[in-house]
Amino acid sequence: MEHRSVLSRRELLTRGLTGAAGLAAFGATVSATDGTPSHTHDPHLAGTVGEVPVGGFDPMVFLEHFDRGRVGRLPSGQTLREYDLVAIDKEIEVAPGVFYPAWTYNGHVPGPTIRASAGDRIRVRFVNGGSHAHTIHFHGVHAANMDGVFEHVMPGEEFVYEFDAEPMGLHLYHCHAVPLKKHIAKGLYGTFIVDPATPRPPAREMVMVLNGFDTNFDGENEVYAANTVAFAYQRRPIRIVKGELQRVYMTNLTEFDPVNSMHLHGNFFHVYRTGTSLVPHEFTDTVMLCQGERHILEFTFQHTGRFMFHAHQSEFAELGWMGLFDVVEPVA
Amino acid sequence: MTQRGRAIWPWALLPVVLLAAMAVVFGQSGLVQFMRRGVPPVEELTFERVTLKPDVITVGIVNGGPDPVTVVQVLVDEAFWAFSIEPGSRIPRLGRATIEIPYPWVPNERHEIMVLTSTGLTFAHEIPVATETPSADLRFFAVFALIGLYVGVIPVAIGLLWYPMLRRLDRRWVDFALALTIGLLVFLGVDALHEALETAAQVAGAFQGTLVVAVGALGAVLVLQMASGGSLKRGGVEGRRMVALLVALGIGLHNLGEGLAIGAAYSLGEAALGAFLIVGFMLHNTTEGLGIVAPIARDEPRIMTLAGLGLLAGGPTILGAWVGGLAYSPLYATFFLAVGAGAMAQVVMALYRVLGSEAVGGAWTPLNAGAVLVGMLVMYATGLLVA
Repeated sequence: MEHRSVLSRRELLTRGLTGAAGLAAFGATVSATDGTPSHTHDPHLAGTVGEVPVGGFDPMVFLEHFDRGRVGRLPSGQTLREYDLVAIDKEIEVAPGVFYPAWTYNGHVPGPTIRASAGDRIRVRFVNGGSHAHTIHFHGVHAANMDGVFEHVMPGEEFVYEFDAEPMGLHLYHCHAVPLKKHIAKGLYGTFIVDPATPRPPAREMVMVLNGFDTNFDGENEVYAANTVAFAYQRRPIRIVKGELQRVYMTNLTEFDPVNSMHLHGNFFHVYRTGTSLVPHEFTDTVMLCQGERHILEFTFQHTGRFMFHAHQSEFAELGWMGLFDVVEPVA
Repeated sequence: MTQRGRAIWPWALLPVVLLAAMAVVFGQSGLVQFMRRGVPPVEELTFERVTLKPDVITVGIVNGGPDPVTVVQVLVDEAFWAFSIEPGSRIPRLGRATIEIPYPWVPNERHEIMVLTSTGLTFAHEIPVATETPSADLRFFAVFALIGLYVGVIPVAIGLLWYPMLRRLDRRWVDFALALTIGLLVFLGVDALHEALETAAQVAGAFQGTLVVAVGALGAVLVLQMASGGSLKRGGVEGRRMVALLVALGIGLHNLGEGLAIGAAYSLGEAALGAFLIVGFMLHNTTEGLGIVAPIARDEPRIMTLAGLGLLAGGPTILGAWVGGLAYSPLYATFFLAVGAGAMAQVVMALYRVLGSEAVGGAWTPLNAGAVLVGMLVMYATGLLVA
């Protein structure tokens, strides 16, 4: 971006003149440079203008949608979960009216939230319908040739990834074709949840992928969000029932910025780092996530009303990574 | 033309008709899509004018690119913010739009406005020091008139007071003053051209700022040459008076550009306080008055003529300051600066002719040649005080 001053050489010259004006007007300056208080501090003015139609991708639906695959059983008795993932080039709307030429898994960013239990066999048939070579690199424990790194799947080709879901925890998957940064920034990523053999206690569960979009390709994100659409959950707050346990699977797939974070208002949450333990590591209201880092967050609201949640990097918050929980009384 | 005209005109129209037909074929055939190869449209938005009122920032933008641009979001200081856009968010080629942003800007601090288009491109504008934009009230006009007075009118008027001295001088030294005037005008002309080209860089691409400079400057030379050619050729008192008029006009145009820039800088909050430089600036402009009286030094002009010439040279500063303060546009500023540069070039030619036909011992005596140099050096030296 270019900043051009209206004046260049004349700037100094005019410094003298402003003096002249002040002198001429006997100190009666034209402008209110004396720190006049401002009054426009309406919080509703912050944020984007307009709405993103939810026809294509609805962050509300994505929030609570977990894909458990087509369930079958192997001769050994092991549970088999089969998925189809297709790489598709698609223009997505990341803020009202702002379109980003994304690379997607299954036509949306993030890709589907894949969920299995520890020890399940995962079989993913990956079809590359995009215009570049892609892969799927799952985080987890698996064979080297199932790592989605060396076997580039060319456009029009397909590949089957097969491995056991382990260890239990909150993981992620993303394209590992080179240039890596480009393939991730363009939108090829998603959440991979491996539940413990004995499930976690019942809770209202949500998945949030922290991401950003470099819409002008200058190596910096213009738009930030939880689940792609800037301010989506501020526009439409997430309804929460008071007293009910909430569980958020939060994954950071922001490119360009090394660190993202989550801050919850009016409450504290338990942090299960990488979701690999059933005992919380921390009780806090702000947690930091490096690129690729993910945590399970658990909390219960004691008060009704609207509570913000957002990155504690104020810049990210005001560029879209900002949402609201609307806590209501349980229905009697 | 009658008998032959019938034969000629169809031939003149033929290429035009063919061109129109080709344009239609090109537009209909999908060739445009083929040649674009799916490449996204090139977008270009230019900020024209930013005004600050309490809690409101108003931004004027122009689309100087080849395609329509849709402004979908506005960021202030790296935060998405509420805004309204008139007449609409889709800005056609060469179209303009005004964005109003309710924002609690902080006086004396830096702010950055960025617009985000539907394709995700960003265009940014920096407000280096936020200051409230003056409104077009009586005080505004009074203050800006005073600025113009101090910068343009008073220095020129003071310079005119060299007239009684010039009148008593030996012919050789009157020639010296004329040659000195050439020096100052060359300096001012180059300065105006430089400023015109610099401002041209801020003009939206499609308006071709650099070519506005070429057209404005050359246009000024041609128009002034046409209007003054007769008087100049006749020479004598009439010729010299015309030269004085041209000098005043050229300086006036230069000062108009100066006023525009000053007004714009002041109202856009780009001017910081600092008083002592005025003195230097007055010195710088005072020499302009000398240039006006030099050609008519021995013709005993009436006092009203002198006053009129002074006003013509200095007055436009006030006008420029008003316009610059209220409705600055890089395009118009570029044009006026270019016209000023052209006017200056034409005056230099006229002065050279006067010097050539009337100077004792020819135009380029060592004294006269030295005078041109002295004129430029004087401007350079006084320029050091203001730049």
